[in-house]
Amino acid sequence: MSEPVRRIKAPVRFEYTVQAGKTLSRFLAGLVEGRILGRRCPSCHKVYVPPRGACPTCALPPGDEVEVKDTGTVTTFCVVNVPFEGQTMKLPYVYAAVLLDGADIPMLHLVNAPADEARMGMRVRAEWAAPGQRKPTLESIQWFSPTGEPDAPFESYQEHL
Amino acid sequence: MPRDVAIASFASLVEPRFDGDEVEVLAPVIGEALRAARLERRDVGFTVSGSCDYLGGRPFSFVMALDAVGAWPPIRESHVEMDGAWALYEAWVALQHGDIDVALVYAFGRSTQGNLYEVLSAQLDPYTVAPLGIDARSMAALQARAMLDAKRCTERDMAAVAARSRGGDVEALLAAPYVASPLRAHDCGPAYDAVAAVVLVAGDRAKQCCDRPAWIRGIDHRIEPHALGTRDLARSPSVELAGERAGVRKAPVDVAEIDAPFSHQEILVRSALGLGPTTRVNPSGGSLAAWPYIVSGLLRLGEAARAIHTGKARRAVAHATSGPCLQQNLVCVMEASDG
Repeated sequence: MSEPVRRIKAPVRFEYTVQAGKTLSRFLAGLVEGRILGRRCPSCHKVYVPPRGACPTCALPPGDEVEVKDTGTVTTFCVVNVPFEGQTMKLPYVYAAVLLDGADIPMLHLVNAPADEARMGMRVRAEWAAPGQRKPTLESIQWFSPTGEPDAPFESYQEHL
Repeated sequence: MPRDVAIASFASLVEPRFDGDEVEVLAPVIGEALRAARLERRDVGFTVSGSCDYLGGRPFSFVMALDAVGAWPPIRESHVEMDGAWALYEAWVALQHGDIDVALVYAFGRSTQGNLYEVLSAQLDPYTVAPLGIDARSMAALQARAMLDAKRCTERDMAAVAARSRGGDVEALLAAPYVASPLRAHDCGPAYDAVAAVVLVAGDRAKQCCDRPAWIRGIDHRIEPHALGTRDLARSPSVELAGERAGVRKAPVDVAEIDAPFSHQEILVRSALGLGPTTRVNPSGGSLAAWPYIVSGLLRLGEAARAIHTGKARRAVAHATSGPCLQQNLVCVMEASDG
């Protein structure tokens, strides 16, 4: 009798070619130009950044394109203490929901601030990759950095959490 | 007695490759199905979808797809990681409770984002089968070989199914080389992208939503063992049983929509259902003309219902399948009111 098999390795790997779709493609192309493009719902008038294929409340296709500012307010955040593959930031770091000025829904991104200084209401600005380095990916914004402005009052973003 | 439930409307989009994402494509199709049933979003009492995260390689894609239905205020919603045909079954069960009258069923899948045959190998036994590297087409070829050996069909019969479903001349098709012996290219449905939506309505309300509702007279699904080696691949006891429980043989069938992405499977299912020579099989072209995995079964239910809606059939049968070599099968019998 040979040794019984106690363990096998069965690696699985699938390759995908994913299309971003018409709506998100406009947003990603805008990032290459250093612009942040959202879309306004024709019914509830909320500006979604990144834009979505349909307004999740109204189930309608997005309406007008709206360029929003690259400054915003941290509405909520977490401090990442767990290492995982592909991480680019040194632990601990801040991952936050940033409500861009002109948008109604926060987007998620890194915040380049000491973990113990992160807070709701903190004002931040996008730190863009150099123009030649930008690609159609959110990594064209390296992270958001504190602007040093006074914190935004809670009432200014309480409807956007 | 089950409560009377009908397919009141059906809408779909089937293309070789979408250039939009699922939500962009799905939202208009859902809207079209609701309008065709003279209903609005707020009329829907239960929403259920079918999709498969392995197709796009991203988790929880059904959550993103909910944008297309507008889940606010909160809705009663469910999802199956299965063909939309099984989502329809869940909706039919939900309507049996009697507290709601309208259910929306939809399915979405883009089989062209990866290699469908390889992706489907992920559903195999991970210890003894998947490491063999066998893909979905190779397994279908094993089944076709078993049918040929058992004299249940010939390669010419298979080519005739392909010629009817997707065009071509039988002699010319038989001259083509094998892609996975005994399967030739025409024996294998090409991977497609698709979305489909069906509105189910119960009782008298269905008559307000559709001039000629497709009443569900029987619906059943059955499954066979996971291990291919324990099955006789030249037969389908699960189709036989589901067909019997759904009542297929109680009366003649005008139209049958069979979810057979490989030509020999249509022959097998047709035989297991006991369909006679007067039944028109897959007038839509079926899954052999276009195979959008995870949607193709719901498409068959929708196409069978459409045959009734448009007066082309009084009694129709739809079949959906899941798993390798027709492992799991659903059969649904629909009739017009005068059927």
